[in-house]
Formats: sequence, C-alpha cells, structure tokens
Amino acid sequence: MATFNLTINGTSQQVDVDPSTPMLWVLRDHLDLVGTKFGCGIAQCGACTIHMNGNAVRSCQLPVSAAEGASITTIEGLSEQGDHPVQKAWMEHDVPQCGYCQAGQIMTAAALLQQNPNPSDEDIENAMNGNICRCGTYTRIKAAVKTASQNL
Amino acid sequence: MATLDKKLDRRSFLKVSALAGGGMVLSFSWLAGCKPITEEELLAMPKEWFELNSYIKIGENGAVTLFSPNPEFGSNVKTSMPMILAEELDTDWKKVIVEQADFYPERFDRQFTGGSQGIRQGWKPLRTAGATARAMLVAAAAKTWNVSPTEITTSAGVLEHKGSGKKAHYGEMASLAATMELPEQVTLKETKDFKIVGSSKKNVDAQKIVTGKPLFSIDHKVEGMKYAAIVHPPAFGMKLKSFDKSSIAGMSGIVDVFPIRLFKEDYERNFFDTTTFPEILAIVGNSTWEVMQAKKNLAVEWENASESSFEVGGFGGRPNTKVTVLSGLENTNRHKEQMKEFITKPGNVVRRDGDPEGMFKKAAKIIEKTYSAPFLAHNTMEPMNCFADVKGDKAVIYGPTQAPEMIMGTLVQALGIPKENIQINLARMGGGFGRRAYSHHMTEAALISQKIQAPVKMVYTREDDMTAGVYRPTYSATYRAALDENNNLLALHVKAGGIPESPIHANRFPAGALDNYLAESWDIPSNITIGAFRAPRSNFIAGAEQSFLDELAEVMDKDPIEFRLELLKRAEINPVGENNDYDAKRYAGVLELVREKSNWNTPATGVHRGVSAYFCHNSYVAEVVDTKIVDSKPVVEKVYAAVDCGIVVNPDAATNMGEGAIVDGIGNAFFGELAFENGVPTKTNFDKYRMIRQKETPKSIEIHFVDSKEDPTGLGEPFFPPVFAALANSLYKATGKRYYEQPFAPQLEMQNLKM
Repeated sequence: MATFNLTINGTSQQVDVDPSTPMLWVLRDHLDLVGTKFGCGIAQCGACTIHMNGNAVRSCQLPVSAAEGASITTIEGLSEQGDHPVQKAWMEHDVPQCGYCQAGQIMTAAALLQQNPNPSDEDIENAMNGNICRCGTYTRIKAAVKTASQNL
Repeated sequence: MATLDKKLDRRSFLKVSALAGGGMVLSFSWLAGCKPITEEELLAMPKEWFELNSYIKIGENGAVTLFSPNPEFGSNVKTSMPMILAEELDTDWKKVIVEQADFYPERFDRQFTGGSQGIRQGWKPLRTAGATARAMLVAAAAKTWNVSPTEITTSAGVLEHKGSGKKAHYGEMASLAATMELPEQVTLKETKDFKIVGSSKKNVDAQKIVTGKPLFSIDHKVEGMKYAAIVHPPAFGMKLKSFDKSSIAGMSGIVDVFPIRLFKEDYERNFFDTTTFPEILAIVGNSTWEVMQAKKNLAVEWENASESSFEVGGFGGRPNTKVTVLSGLENTNRHKEQMKEFITKPGNVVRRDGDPEGMFKKAAKIIEKTYSAPFLAHNTMEPMNCFADVKGDKAVIYGPTQAPEMIMGTLVQALGIPKENIQINLARMGGGFGRRAYSHHMTEAALISQKIQAPVKMVYTREDDMTAGVYRPTYSATYRAALDENNNLLALHVKAGGIPESPIHANRFPAGALDNYLAESWDIPSNITIGAFRAPRSNFIAGAEQSFLDELAEVMDKDPIEFRLELLKRAEINPVGENNDYDAKRYAGVLELVREKSNWNTPATGVHRGVSAYFCHNSYVAEVVDTKIVDSKPVVEKVYAAVDCGIVVNPDAATNMGEGAIVDGIGNAFFGELAFENGVPTKTNFDKYRMIRQKETPKSIEIHFVDSKEDPTGLGEPFFPPVFAALANSLYKATGKRYYEQPFAPQLEMQNLKM
C-alpha cells in the first residue's frame, strides 16, 4: 500500500492503494466514480476510457502510480452540467441502448474532437474503433460525433 | 371506438388507492387482458399473473409517475412502455416521470424481458390501465363540477368542461379520483387519435447514461461492502477437487476464500436455472483489484466430473424434462464430425407434406447444401455481477436479470430464506441478449453474502464471463431441393440439428408454400451449457434457409425476391398443410417494401446486393445488404430493412433497435465463434473473440416500417436472423463464392480478402 495524490476532474484526491492498482479500480472502488466502466481488463473494449492530460487512455491499463501528477478527467467531469457538445449530441441522436459502453465512447470521442475538431468519416472510424458497443449503436455514434464536431 | 371485453375487465384486478399526502395510485395487472385470446386460455393462466404489478401515480401537484415493471437491458422498454400508458391517460409526456419498479413477488410476478414480448404483451393492459385512470379523473371532475362525464374532455393532463369553461389539472382531481368506483368498462382511443404512441420519444435515462450516473448493479456500493471474485472450473466436464487457502494467505486485502454450491440436493431446478458450474470458489476481499489478483494466485485442483442428471421444470406450464450432463472433455473438431454424421442418418420427422421422398426419386436435378454455425458467447458489455446483502433471515439482492420471477425460487432454496424476506431490486442491465435470463450470478452473490453475513458485490472478470457457458448452440442444416428437367421446384427437404438442440421450426415458411415438403430434426447431447441468444434457433436457421433459397432461385433463373414472393403467394391463396406459423401476406409485404425502398432492380454501380426475409417473434423483416470490395476488403455499404411489427410505439427507438440488431448480425456472421479444446473455450477475452467494431459497421442503415394498425409486436429479435443470409448472398455476388459456414471472415481471408 502507498499513498497517491491524484488530480481528478480538477479536484485533488488522495488514495491509499497498492501501486499496481489500475486507475479503473481506483476510480470505481476507492473514489466512487463509477461512470468509468469495467469491460475487459485488457484494453480491448474501451469501456474504461478516461482522459489523462487530454488524451484518451484505457484506465484498466493505467497503474495509479503512473497517474500521479497528471490531470485526469472522467465522464463525471467532462462537463459540469452534462452539456459537453459530445454529450448533447449523444442525447440528440438518442445513441444509447443498454448504455454500458457509452461513457467510454463519449470520452474517446471528446478526446478525438479536442485534437481534431473536424474529423473525416475515416478519422472517426479510426478513433472510435477501439470502443466496442455490443448493442451495435455504431452508426449513431458516428453521426453523433459529426454533430458534436459542428457544435464545438 | 374499441370497448373492452367485460370478461377481461373482471380479471384485470385494477385497484385504486389514495396516495399518502394527496393524489391517486392506480395499480393494475401487467398481463390481464393481453395474451389470452379465448376463455379457455384465460382460465388456464396462472392466477398470480393477474396480481397487481404496475402503477400509475398522480400526485396533487400533477406529477405523473409511471412505473416500468420490465427490466431494461437496452430495448428501451423503460421509455416505450410508459408511452403507451401515457397515451391512454392522455397526459403530457414532458411531465411524466418513469421509474424502474423493483421486484416485489406480491405485486410484480411475471416481470420478464425476453422473447421480444414486452410491447406485445404490455399493449392492452397498459392501454386499459391508462384509460381507467383517465376515466376516474373524468368521473371526479364530473362530480366536482356537477356535470355529465360525457361532457368532459381531456388533453395533455388537463380536464375541461367546455360548456361551463371549467378546467382542472389531473393533480387537482387525483385525490377525489382515488375514492371513485373503478369503471366496469373503459373506452380506448382510436389509433388515429394517438398523440404519444407513434411519435419518437427520447430514452428517459439518456442524461444519466451520458453523464456516467450509477445505473447498473456493478456501480452499486454500500457502507461496509466487501468485494468478491469467483473461480470456476477451467473446462466443461470438470469440477472442483480441492483448493489451497494458504496459496493466497497474506495477500493484500483478502478476507476469505470458500466454495459455494448453488443447488441443494433435493431442489428441482426451474427452466432458467441453467448454469455450467453448480459449485465454484469465491474469493472475498476489500476491493475488486485485490480479489482479482488473488484469483490469479489461488492454487486449485480440478478433476473430471462424472455424468450427472437432474429434472428441470418446464417453461410456461410445459412438462418437466430430464437433463443429462455428460462426462468428458469435448472438442470442436469432434463436434463437426458428429454433426456431419447426421447428414446421412434419418432424423425425427417434424413435418411432411405430400410425397417428398417420391419427388426426390423422380427429380431430374437435386441440389443439396449444408450450412453450419459455431457456438457463440453473448459477451454483454457489463460482465455478470451482482450485489447481495444477506443477514440472518433477510436478503436484499440487486442485480442484472431478465427474469426476476424465475430466480426467486432459486434464491429461496439456496438461502433457506422465505420469499417474503427476499427483496430483489432490478438494475439496468449492460446488455442481455438472452444471457441474463439465467441469473445464477444472483444466487452466487447471495450465497457469498450469506456466508460472510455482510454486503458484497461479486464481479466476473471478462474471462469468467466468456468461459462460464450458457452459449448459443452450434448448429448444422442440410437443405435439398428436387427439380424437374425444366427447373421447376418439386420438393424441398430440410434436415437440421445442433449441439445440444435443433434449430428447426416445423411450421414456419417455406412449409405451407410447397406441395412436397419434409423437415427432419436431430440433436446431439453435450456438457457445454446453452441458453437463449437473441432470436434463439431463428438466428441460425434463417441464415441457412434464406441462403439456400437464394441459391435455388439462381438455379431456377428467378429473381430472388420474385421467387420468394411466388412461394408466399402460394402459401397465401392455397396453403399446404395446417398450422402454418406465419401470415404469408405480411411476409410478402416486407419483401415488397424492401424491394421498393432499396430500388432492388437498379443498384448503385459497384455494389453487390443480397436479400433475405424472416419471420420470428411475431414480426416480419426483410433486408437487403449492399457490399463493395474496396482495396481487397469487403465493405458493407448499406443495409435496407423493412419491418412489419404492427403499430410502432416509439419510431426512433425502434429504428435504433433495428440498426443495432443488423450490426450485431453482421458482426456475428463475419466473426462470431467460440471453439473448444478438451472442454476449454479457446477464446477468453476480446483480444481473441472478435467483435464487430466501428470500421466494419455498415456505412448506412435504413429502416422502413410497414404502415399498420395492427397491435404492436416485438422488435428486439426479429431484425437479427435475416442479416446472416442477406450478407452471405451479397458476398456471393461480390466474390462468386457461397458462404456455408459461419463465421465468414476466415473464408474471405482464404480468398485473399482483408478482414
């Protein structure tokens, strides 16, 4: 066990955990930020996507020791009122079915638009390809990313 | 005006009561008045199905709360079902609050999401309940204003008496309405007057989903809660021999490790008590990560299980069946050999019309093709998990289940706690697809909690989830057609089976459309457990049948849609045999609609198209898939679907469901596969088990609904089965090769195409 000082959604947090603990479980079990989801544990599904210094990362593969000093954003901190252009576009297109993967999808999309505000279809497909949606809402996800890019 | 049958009314068990603090609550039975068609069927239904199981709550402030009793797994019933209630209540949808009802055995029996039945079975009782509440509000207003109820109109939650100009919100009349007599009969709206049903409404939970609010049981946490992981045998056909507690002693955060058994010796299992491993190990600790680490280190010895058998209660009043679990470690290669052996062996005849054998003897040409598909894992994105708090003789269970009603009996026997002391709270499910009709994960969490007498959250790893069984079975189907010298179709023969169940539906199309038809069925026992998977059986047989019809049409030199329409015409005007399980006209209707919408005869340049149509779960769907080969890569350019599901309650949500099922079907057709070596699943996570992703998704999907006034039927499943053949038939046009074996990707790669 060791103490780690983290900056999550703009707030300083301290946790006392094993250094190997992935951020996914630090967020979910220790900080009660459960919007970040567990899907596969091996960085293959994208359900656990968060932002580290603005980049989309898979929190199941990010040890807490590597997150110290970085600025971490989770779905809960993407916007204060749930009105980030990506979140709004997701609601406008009524994207979710079961909803489980969508926080990860949204975080990936938000990071994409941060770096590339006008992505082409191919850019969107490439960026979103790491996020599995078992319900198959991919066409709506793509449409929502385009809408969000127009409303940045 | 549609008026309710009095017989149904008497059995509806509507009940009104005053709401503490003012307002009314109308409780009603979920099932009454819907499924039963005849008096006999009505009387044969279990009494408890008529218990009060849902609510409309109207507060004095006018707030309308509608309880959605069916568990939500993504089919949007939590939005669509209350829309039906709100329609007949004639309230303002914007002011409606929808809540997920929990499972109360005394009120909510028969809460089940599956079989695409939610909307179909909910339609009449929901309408009746909404109309009843409206009628009572009208009666209360009539009494207050001293006018005739017939002179009162309602609109968007407001009562009005035009003659006197009096108006009141529902909330103002709710407390008085709660004291009114329940009406003997109510009038339902005419479909042309619908304002809410038929207009798209957004998912009521969308805001919570996109902001990451805790909606799932995997998100649940209470003070003092422990975390648990499970360890199950590594292979089908194996069981626990021993484990060494000391192997994880001293590991950080570990509290205990112990075996749990799901069923007591004398317990008679119900239909949904399917589980692969009735005895597993539980590791309890202070955090998920710590128990997952301990799981890797725990030393366990496994041994081969001997053959066992047990009785399973029948589903929906059917007789019990005896299930035998074979001993031995099974292999996919051997499964394939076993299935091949059945092609030449006689099966069980499940349907025979005319003289098919005679026709095959005198045929000028016989075409025979065999289709197959592997086991599939459901792979819900939220792994199996459950929260349980069992202390003394009380239990609270919060978990993802499609069938709370079925798991209650299991929990009662496993815990030794009476039903009335077990509270099941229903979580939103991170996907179901049939998998969560089998709720062993809830029993497991409950037993762990009971053992430690503390609240616990048990979570499967992805590997646990993918290797714990309850799969879509592996199937094979051989189709044969007898043709005369002029390529006229004389007879059709299908022989199909699977491990461990057959995919045959004896009375479905093309039965009824052919003078000479033979259907045979077979099955091979196995110890690999299977369960419902989106459109069970249809999800395979549709692909085989519709691929074969496509090949047949080509040999007969007919347009594939025209050929199907000819068969359906025959089934419509002069059907062969009895009990044909489809409406040939509605079937033809979706083919005609998809032909029109896809401009079937004039495809875009470079596009290869395939068609397919299927009927299951009371809805008809036809699909056209357009593929292109771009840089040696098969690309699904566009999918057109036409569906006849009666009235469409929530069009955009229905469209979403259709798009998702089509994507799911394309994914499974290309990639879906689970194989076994010595009883061990060869894939354990998404690195090996390929799922469809953004890049393989069709560039565009168009869903078209047949304009219909028929009562609505389900949508979760019917879009799924036809995709397999529409894709295969399209790929045939693109590559010149037929695809008989799922998944298609390995064969496409052998043709030097990139997948």
